[in-house]
Amino acid sequence: MIHDAFDTAADLTTATHAQRWAPGLGAVAQSEIFASSREGSGVGAALALALDAWRCRPREEGEEAEDRRAVVWVQTRAAVKAGGRPFRAGLPPEIRNRLIHVLAEKDEDALFALEEAVRCRDVAFVIGEVVGSPRALDFTASRRLTLAAEKHGVPLTLVRLDGTRDLSSARQRWAVNAAPSARPKWNRAAPGAPAWQAELFRARSHPPGTWRLSEDGGRLLATPLPVRGEDTQAGSRSDLAGVGEGRSILSDAAAPSPSFASSFGASVAILSADGERVLG
Amino acid sequence: MAPRRILSIWLAAFAIDRWRLTEGCARGQGADAQPLVLITETAHGPRIAATNNAARASGARIGTMLADARTLCPSIQAVPGDPAGDLDMLEKLAVWARRWGPWSALDPCDGLLVDVTAVAHLFGGETKLLADVHRAFDTRGFAIRAAIAPTAGAAWALTHYGPDRSILAPDHDMEARLSDLPVAALRLDDDVLTVLRRLGLKRLGELGTVGRDALHRRFRNRKSPAANPLVRMDQLLGRVPEPLLPVVPQHVPLVQRRLMEPIRHRTLLDTVLGDLAADMVRELEGAGQGARRLDLGLWRVDGEVVMRTLELAAATRDAGHIVRLFGEKLGDIDAGFGIELVRLRASWAEPLPANQADIEAAAERHGTSLSAFVDRLTIRLGSKAVRRPVLKGSHLPERSQAWRPPLDPESPSQDELRFHARPLKLLDRAEKIAVLYATPDGLPQRFRWRGDVHEIARVEGPERIAPEWWRERGTARLRDYYRIEDDAGRRYWIYRYGIAGDGRGGAPEWFLQGLCA
Repeated sequence: MIHDAFDTAADLTTATHAQRWAPGLGAVAQSEIFASSREGSGVGAALALALDAWRCRPREEGEEAEDRRAVVWVQTRAAVKAGGRPFRAGLPPEIRNRLIHVLAEKDEDALFALEEAVRCRDVAFVIGEVVGSPRALDFTASRRLTLAAEKHGVPLTLVRLDGTRDLSSARQRWAVNAAPSARPKWNRAAPGAPAWQAELFRARSHPPGTWRLSEDGGRLLATPLPVRGEDTQAGSRSDLAGVGEGRSILSDAAAPSPSFASSFGASVAILSADGERVLG
Repeated sequence: MAPRRILSIWLAAFAIDRWRLTEGCARGQGADAQPLVLITETAHGPRIAATNNAARASGARIGTMLADARTLCPSIQAVPGDPAGDLDMLEKLAVWARRWGPWSALDPCDGLLVDVTAVAHLFGGETKLLADVHRAFDTRGFAIRAAIAPTAGAAWALTHYGPDRSILAPDHDMEARLSDLPVAALRLDDDVLTVLRRLGLKRLGELGTVGRDALHRRFRNRKSPAANPLVRMDQLLGRVPEPLLPVVPQHVPLVQRRLMEPIRHRTLLDTVLGDLAADMVRELEGAGQGARRLDLGLWRVDGEVVMRTLELAAATRDAGHIVRLFGEKLGDIDAGFGIELVRLRASWAEPLPANQADIEAAAERHGTSLSAFVDRLTIRLGSKAVRRPVLKGSHLPERSQAWRPPLDPESPSQDELRFHARPLKLLDRAEKIAVLYATPDGLPQRFRWRGDVHEIARVEGPERIAPEWWRERGTARLRDYYRIEDDAGRRYWIYRYGIAGDGRGGAPEWFLQGLCA
């Protein structure tokens, strides 16, 4: 069992699979962002990531030079109550005049709206905002959203305010906190361009990691941060450990099979630099 | 280009003629032989709206009270008039009158105007055209007077006050020909006619003797044509154009299914609905239209009618889409003993040119269109759920944006000022926070929001937004907005409501209104 886990991890460290995440890699079908409802960083980072992927998407033959498709932002009533509604003057300028806001009373309605939105060809990307871990958003619903988004090529970013990291089929899962912003050029005492500390804790084709994301002149900048509990020179090892985490969907659940969980725990313990579990 | 020719038709006794036709008696025969008036109810009692020949001979006049007329002729019969029915009939006659010209307009409440420019030769000349009009209306039992003139005003004047069947040729001197008509031929309001009578102006020709400047000065405040004799005179002589609103017959697409066996089950209803939608699509396609509103009526065996209405974000002619949207609305229908008639009606349709259908199942690959997406969400979540923010003219943040339907065209507006940094999200109601700051107007240093204490690390402000004194009460206070970042990097938008010593309440309060990205 342990041997198998090592082999798979080794396979995945080849360049095709274990490429570190970086801005400009393009959109994934569904990504999830966990954030606190007490700050605006969840949606801020979601918009920044989605816009970054949207700017870098591959152009098809004969496509219009300017993409004027709508952007759909779905919120449940609880999310509106916790974090407010979009404010047009504060939105990124690219999407100011093409935002469609959907207010769903229930979580089921929000999921319906999200699925309809990703099936619409006139939508550039979709942002969803739900509070907590609703019963309706189980693995089946999540998988359904991923498949629909993959089939129609409309990326979906789901912001989970105060959610727990439950089972999900999202291709990338992030945990985002606000980070102190860079000092502006003119007024050093003022808040600067928004910045976030984003932890990619599960991704299909990237090893996990932590970055400091910030927006600068319409571009997304990412500075890698050392993973908690290790120093920077152990970065390659953390990659290896992270792949094991990242490829197994089941590891997010509460240990479905004891043997699997123990083997997984063992592999991480061996790989971490200072003898403690790196992640999880 | 042929000179303009307008045919005016005046149904001189329209209300009485229509009453006679509904009664089914000939003119002067049966019930029409006795004195009879049509009345309207007014605040002071019934007033005469129309009279027949016998009533007019016995002294009843239009506009007098019925009680006064009864003193002259006690045997007078009074029947309630039907102005709405008259107007309805007049509309039908207007459509019918298009047999003499390409378009016709209503001239409420008892006249019609038909454009007969360059069509008289089809009837063998204008005299024969007028004869044909008279013959046709006589056959239908309406007494009319008709005239043809180069302008609608002149034709109207000749119909009502000139000789019957008069024709004013384009080369005639209109001013000389019409100078003998009374000033009432100008289609003026009663009070203007009174003024003209008091000025001693009785004929159209006399208006020219006074001098245009004098008349212009006397009626300089009257803008409406019906209140200004000069405008009416110019319209009559064709010096200014007079736009007329033509009557266009509307065809409301309607399809229905009478069912041999009443249906009680949803699957059967869905089948019928699918058939109806296909029929409706064919009907709309023929008319080059797309449906914006659809009414579905279900007639039950026991006499109940269930109506379901559907509004669409954009004109559509997609049967599958219609069926899917109605399917959401049919869940709670009580079929009772069964439904025997199903009718689908497109009460609002918009032009929708035919376009090439999706080839090679492109829809499956490319997904739905934006309007279909909006329709589906609107049906399930309600029309208030799908909206988009648009700018509104206000500096107060919560008033500076409005929510509009997503496919409405955006009205032009001034762009936001670039140096205003605004938060990404705005709370529905600004939440009260407790703030530590140097009074009276120092920078905030620490605040408590939703039970947590935030140390403020960076701050920018204040940005002062004054209350809208033209709208709010006098006690509204100014707001000083601060953009802040706490020690963990969380960015907020807070404001102090009022300033100490502004005389509009006690100590200023602090609110958190926005969450920055």
